[in-house]
Amino acid sequence: MDEKPHWLDHPSNVKLLWRGFLVVLLLTVLAGLFVPMHPHFAIEAIFGFNAWYGFLVCALMIVVAKGLALLLKRPDTYYDKDHD
Amino acid sequence: MTEGLIHPGLVLILGALLLPFLRGALRSAAIVALPLLVLALVWQVPDGPAWQLRFLDYTLAPLQGDKLSRLFATIFSLMAAGGGLFAMTQKSRVEVPAAFVYAGSAIGVALAGDLVTVFVFWELMAVGSTLVLWSQGTDASYRAAKRYLMIHLMGGVVLFAGVTGHIVATGDVSFGRMVLDSPANWLILIGFLVNAGAPPLSAWLADAYPEASWSGTVFLSAFTTKTAVYVLIRGFPGTEFLIWVGLFMVFYGIIYALLENDLRRILAYSIINQVGFMIAGIGIGTEMALNGAAAHAFAHIIYKALLLMSAGSVVLMTGKRKCSELGGLFHTMPLTAACGTIGALAISAFPLTSGFISKSMVSQAALDGHFLWVWLLLTAASAGVFLHAGIKFPWFVFFQKDSGLRPAEPPASMQWAMVAFSFLCIALGIWPEPLYALLPYTVNFVPYTGAHVVSQLQLLLFSGLAFFVLLPYLKRTLTITLDTDWIWRTLLPALLRNVGMPLAKAWNMLLHAAYVLIMESMSLVLYQHRQDGRFARTWSTRSMALWVLVLLLGFLVLYYL
Repeated sequence: MDEKPHWLDHPSNVKLLWRGFLVVLLLTVLAGLFVPMHPHFAIEAIFGFNAWYGFLVCALMIVVAKGLALLLKRPDTYYDKDHD
Repeated sequence: MTEGLIHPGLVLILGALLLPFLRGALRSAAIVALPLLVLALVWQVPDGPAWQLRFLDYTLAPLQGDKLSRLFATIFSLMAAGGGLFAMTQKSRVEVPAAFVYAGSAIGVALAGDLVTVFVFWELMAVGSTLVLWSQGTDASYRAAKRYLMIHLMGGVVLFAGVTGHIVATGDVSFGRMVLDSPANWLILIGFLVNAGAPPLSAWLADAYPEASWSGTVFLSAFTTKTAVYVLIRGFPGTEFLIWVGLFMVFYGIIYALLENDLRRILAYSIINQVGFMIAGIGIGTEMALNGAAAHAFAHIIYKALLLMSAGSVVLMTGKRKCSELGGLFHTMPLTAACGTIGALAISAFPLTSGFISKSMVSQAALDGHFLWVWLLLTAASAGVFLHAGIKFPWFVFFQKDSGLRPAEPPASMQWAMVAFSFLCIALGIWPEPLYALLPYTVNFVPYTGAHVVSQLQLLLFSGLAFFVLLPYLKRTLTITLDTDWIWRTLLPALLRNVGMPLAKAWNMLLHAAYVLIMESMSLVLYQHRQDGRFARTWSTRSMALWVLVLLLGFLVLYYL
């Protein structure tokens, strides 16, 4: 293929994006120190609540999904056999 | 009663019936102009009943307006216009007219002032949407349409029973707030929930929608579930049971979407997830929550259509629909990738998109009501939305590994439809006031506070981190995940074959044996009554006297025993 590689195709640029992402993550957590957060529930008042809560529940949902998959996963041709 | 007012829904339905006779530029113009005309008509509908009609002993109000009705009728008309533009190059001549009948019926439900009219348009929606599915013309879509119709007709029967019971018990046909104090009202609620994609029949949605054409799914995503949200807001606000139904749907959608490989099935599951937020809001039932549910339905229709437009473009241009076969499409479809990403950010409620200004109202309502667990679960679900739709969809389709596919951008009309809906997603996010002004109650909510923006960014970006850290566990496989449709696709047919058939056979044998027995004894009786038969022939006096003697002796013996 004679097309010009896209800048996203360079691994070095992807690495740069990753670093930028981690910096932004850090900034959002630090911003919690400077912005009045008005916590409503006690749990919200814990430092960086939304950050760690978001990460943990996402990890939990992936674990639950994988667990469910053990029981309910089938080849994607599963229903085709009924019609042959 | 306002004289001379035209029913916007009927205009769209009748217009749809004329569409097949138009060709070329005239047809293209009509496809976009007709829904916009309908939108203008929606805004002519005044508050209160505009049409009244005597039916049996009841006064129906087939056309009735208020803010909530007009909000939903507005977004349904806008959706018909945007979907029409996207489907302009669709080869099937049935699909767009069917979609307009479907959209017109949805508008009919939104503007109905009584339960009879709701029911009539409700059923017409089932017909329109089935035709949209059918017009794809493949075997798979035909079978999916059959299953889809079966579920919706069953939901319709339940709704009909409920409506009839309600009218008989109360003598009132008007469609207003109902309390769950009678079986009839429960049936109405169940009928509504079937269309909302609520458990246990929720699987109809992910089963049917992805089998439609590249443009058909865009229409399907908008009307059925959101009409259900509308009738629930009007009929059952503050029904606490709905909070738990909504929360279940939210997580069900996330988990199934995480496991899914078909790009449009990911988005179909995420419809259920999003409708779950709305239903939870309806269950909370405060003004803030109902505003949130209504606003979220409005915003959702736009960004979900946008997501399915980008997915439809990919399906049309590559002929592929599995994430495991896609990837790297941003190289040659940058516009589609950008629009799909905007839709993904909007569904995730990123600041500056429409999802941010609508979904946060539902969370705020949970906060105001001090529902700690509801709030925690809704927040977890918001993170999950970013996980399953916000990143997963664009990542696996447009980025990830390069699949080597180099499809061109879709035709111009499809690009314009995507650009227009992307614009709306961002415009509503930056400037929510026009939408807030349309909501049923006065809005006392400021979405852009420092705390709100920071906490939402933390939540979403760390969900993003979780996605990339756990990416090895999310690798796409050539699998599906069994859902409740397994019951009516595999279990019930198998039961019928293995238990029902033998039972039916045994029953038939029993019937046959009884038949033979009866016929045999009948013919024996007839045989003995023929001319020379035992009971019909002439007997001699001698034997008569003998038999009478025997009988009398027998009587005497029995008497002394």
